[in-house]
Amino acid sequence: MAKSALLKSSIAKKYWMALTGLFLCLFLAGHLAGNLQLIFGTASQFNQYALFMTSNPAVKLLSYLTYFSILFHAIDGIMLTVQNKKARPVAYAMNNPSNNSTLASRNMAVLGTLILVFIVTHMVNFWAVMHFDKNMPLVSREVSEMGMSQKVAVGVLGSQAPYFPLDAKGKLNAEVIRRNELTQKTVTTVVDKDGYVVFEGQKDLHKITFDFFQDPKTGLIATILYVLAMAVLAFHLLHGFQSAFQSLGVNNKFTPAIKSFGTLFAIIVPLLFAIIPVYIHFVK
Amino acid sequence: MASKKNININLKIWRQKNAKAKGSMETYKLDNVSTDSSFLEMLDQLNEELINKQIEPVAFDHDCREGICGMCSLYINGRAHGPDTGITTCQLHMRMFNDGDTIFVEPWRSKAFPVIKDLVVDRTSFERIQQAGGFVSVNTSGNTIDANATPVPKHDADKAFEAAACIGCGACVATCKNGSAMLFVGAKVSQYALLPQGKVEATQRVLNMVRQMDEEGFGNCTNTGACEIECPKGISLENIARMNREFLKASLK
Ligand code: HEM
Ligand code: SF4
Ligand code: FES
Repeated sequence: MAKSALLKSSIAKKYWMALTGLFLCLFLAGHLAGNLQLIFGTASQFNQYALFMTSNPAVKLLSYLTYFSILFHAIDGIMLTVQNKKARPVAYAMNNPSNNSTLASRNMAVLGTLILVFIVTHMVNFWAVMHFDKNMPLVSREVSEMGMSQKVAVGVLGSQAPYFPLDAKGKLNAEVIRRNELTQKTVTTVVDKDGYVVFEGQKDLHKITFDFFQDPKTGLIATILYVLAMAVLAFHLLHGFQSAFQSLGVNNKFTPAIKSFGTLFAIIVPLLFAIIPVYIHFVK
Repeated sequence: MASKKNININLKIWRQKNAKAKGSMETYKLDNVSTDSSFLEMLDQLNEELINKQIEPVAFDHDCREGICGMCSLYINGRAHGPDTGITTCQLHMRMFNDGDTIFVEPWRSKAFPVIKDLVVDRTSFERIQQAGGFVSVNTSGNTIDANATPVPKHDADKAFEAAACIGCGACVATCKNGSAMLFVGAKVSQYALLPQGKVEATQRVLNMVRQMDEEGFGNCTNTGACEIECPKGISLENIARMNREFLKASLK
């Protein structure tokens, strides 16, 4: 009885919502710290961070925990919402819920679903590019030789050829791609036909991000949608942060402090996230 | 409220012949309602008019008419127990309304509170939750120990008393967007969990009551806090948190 109750019971589902939700709040704080380097750090610092995030084993573990939390939180949340709808089969002809509860608290599922749409789009735009795009721009540098200036990819330490020619867009030359094989990991590895590593270059996520938000056609709309998504996140957290503590049974003398901290967290974190694309689009 | 006056109102009331019938909102006009009368007295006045017109009177629940039995229900103008706080419907007065107002009167809406007739709902799901664990087993074979013989810390006694103020009216379920009964169950669990006499059966109590609550088809709490605001007895959300703690403790045992 006791064991199955921890999975199936209404209260247990709430514990899982709260635990995964709070873990995702930690993830947000970490993610934000990294992203802020887009404003306060150099391009190479940011790319170093991106490399670290995609290669460090401890970070890998955390990232799997994050994927799992998002999925579990979303599925559990939707299941709870479906059950809750069933608990009132006939709606009131006249209802005045704004008298006793906040808009955010009544719309967690809608807000959550919008966040999920954002997360998927976000992963397609950045995460998938970083992981799977064979033609991703590489960290590069201008070199002048005999009065000729050329863009070259900077190889990571120990690679065979430290420099590699890039095309005008900063991407690996189409000719190079055709002639060699590319293996995709955290760095772009160019292998020749005999399996010999010719070049290992670091992917330029910094450039990807800047190009994405500065694109003359789609940059503005991307910036606006990003800011809107952060507003949705803010509302989700405005109710969610303090709610998680209540779900876990914490309602005591610390509750007023938890509520204040939750409000600050819900406003500051999405705001700082949102400032980054605005800065990239309008200021840089 | 010094001036005594009468108002004319329009009522939109849920009418449903029996549990199986499909109901609908019906409109009634009621004149000369004293603002000194209670909401239930207003419904009595309406029913008298209906009877005189050979129309079936509106069925609604009530008993003590002084805010202690929890029988009266009614979702009035979109709020449980109507537009006032800390009261039951029998304590609601017509002075809260104005001349010419249209007033919506609906039954509690919850899968676990099916409508029996008009505004009357079946709240025996609450009783089944109570039967699942809302009690303390006492040996009554002639050697009952006086409750006062067991010392209770003042703080715990006060908290238990606050929780025990729940009258089982169901307003918390009615107002909750999820149709959740967690304020009611939280109050009932807390009332015993806080007292030494209740600690003995604490583990089974919370597991059984929560299981019964889920089986009855009540929804899941999302901490909107609506119940606490509409509860006529001011039962606090602390009680839900306490139930959540008790449940965790019991599940891990
Ligand atoms: C970064 C993303 C997210 C964070 C930080 C987050 C955080 C939280 C937190 C802290 C709670 C409160 C839990 C509780 O009351 O016990 C919550 C509730 C909720 N979340 Fe999320 N969430 C996120 C994404 C999502 C997504 C993608 C969905 C998908 C559908 C979702 C749906 C919900 C729902 C329905 C609730 C209310 C459930 C309840 O209170 O029982 N959330 N969220
Ligand atoms: S908790 Fe309050 S609203 Fe709910 S049944 Fe008890 S008295 Fe009524
Ligand atoms: S009739 Fe008893 S509480 Fe209203």
